[in-house]
Amino acid sequence: MFLSCADPSALSGLNWLICYLTTDKQLMFYGSFLVVLLLLVVVAPVALAFGFGGALAARSGFWPLRMLGKTYTAMVRGIPDVIFFLFVPIALDQGLEYMRHKVLCPDWTAPIRQGNDFLVCPAAKLPPTDASPFYQESYGFVLAVIAFAIVFGAFAANVISGAMNAVPRAQLETAEAYGMTPGQVRRRVLIPQMWTYALPGLSNLWMILIKATPLLYMLGIEDIVYWARELGATKSKIYAYPHPDWRLWYFLGLLVFYLLLTRVSEVVLKRLSARLARGQATMAGEALRKVGA
Amino acid sequence: MKKTLLAAAALAFTAGLAHAGDTVRMGTEGKYPPYNFINDKGQVDGFERELGDKLCAMESLTCTWTTNDWDSIIPNLLSGNYDTIMAGMSITDERKKTIDFTQAYYPPAFSAYLGKDAGANIKGVVAAQVGTIQADYVAKSGATLLEFPTMDDTIAAVKNGEADAVFADKDALKPFSKAEGGDFVWAGQEVQLGEGIGVGLRKSDTALKDKLNDGIGKMKADGSLNVLLKKWFGDETPTF
Repeated sequence: MFLSCADPSALSGLNWLICYLTTDKQLMFYGSFLVVLLLLVVVAPVALAFGFGGALAARSGFWPLRMLGKTYTAMVRGIPDVIFFLFVPIALDQGLEYMRHKVLCPDWTAPIRQGNDFLVCPAAKLPPTDASPFYQESYGFVLAVIAFAIVFGAFAANVISGAMNAVPRAQLETAEAYGMTPGQVRRRVLIPQMWTYALPGLSNLWMILIKATPLLYMLGIEDIVYWARELGATKSKIYAYPHPDWRLWYFLGLLVFYLLLTRVSEVVLKRLSARLARGQATMAGEALRKVGA
Repeated sequence: MKKTLLAAAALAFTAGLAHAGDTVRMGTEGKYPPYNFINDKGQVDGFERELGDKLCAMESLTCTWTTNDWDSIIPNLLSGNYDTIMAGMSITDERKKTIDFTQAYYPPAFSAYLGKDAGANIKGVVAAQVGTIQADYVAKSGATLLEFPTMDDTIAAVKNGEADAVFADKDALKPFSKAEGGDFVWAGQEVQLGEGIGVGLRKSDTALKDKLNDGIGKMKADGSLNVLLKKWFGDETPTF
């Protein structure tokens, strides 16, 4: 750690490697792993909330709400994810800019669409042109989170809705016989019992979500795939640390990272599923009861 | 009513931001050394960075740099994510239909073939980066065009025998030639393509275009542009 990296061309062997692995650019690569983890941590609850809302809406007794819930899941599930990932951030960005433009610049007379150009007044620009790079990147990240949440929320809605249908009718009937209102039945019996049915589907979704994070790169966010490509590419003498095409090694690193992440998830989900099966009238719940007895 | 509510929500979502000044956002690719690349500090560097910063200083503009994938570099300019493209983009009639260019800051560049040996079949399978003037040229030359999203992929294609040669900007290929420590040699004839490289702008952005044209004109007149070209591309590079 005490060696000097001021003149990389004079270094060799391990010293060169240590200096290379601690350049600012490499540090940005390490930081991007946190971006991916942050995305997972933020998207999972938001998508679950979308899914919950979608499932409840699709089961609602109120016709327009039911149509909304069903349209949402049918539409997102029927359209390729990639198209949503490309469409949602652009549409949100232009939509927000358009609304800000209408409010902030009422005197602006020039048309917003001039041929190919999408032009709003400077004050309505999002993110503002003089915003800090951190703000610019956070803005892109938030748009990405929304796109992910919309897509994965629709799948979650379908899983949750199916799980709600799987709860034995007798359970709900008993609750009704006790005089519970429909709201109470839903809160006290339906939702607590549906998790055990929802978990296999949701854990699948979680795995797919982990594996879908490289799509961030497509949304212009500098994630691990971006940096692995950028850092691994052949570096000529114009760079301080020239090296041949190392993409294979960088991608191998990503492979290990993703395998670790999915392995840890599998272990945690297995435990969670055992926990949820306790006391349930399912085969898994029955097996737990016999072991305990 | 609904519209106002939505607008209010949009405002709330973005509240507390300073008003936008006249910062010019410079867009580049960051993967095309020595024109533009990300240096080991993680910042945009290269000929275009230095030239762009110089132009901004001359015209008293505040400039920030941002990178974007080559594939979507024009659409994102049009939707206002940044204001200029300085990414080794040659001025072509095809591109002029959607965007505007300043006068060239780099003369029509030499493009060349690079293969495993000097006799590489340049009428066989030739790799080129998608959407470049070189790709167009290969398609018209009678060779089988093999397109790749990045420069690195085109080189890799020649290395693993998928393509007989790669056709690209000569300066970008130089580091891969034997003379500079690479594995490949020049093949065929070099060609001058396009009208040179200019700064890409939205057609509606005429004020910025005038400023940049003025700056480039001044740098051509006093010779400082040639000095910059020689610094980044060597003494044999075409100059103004």
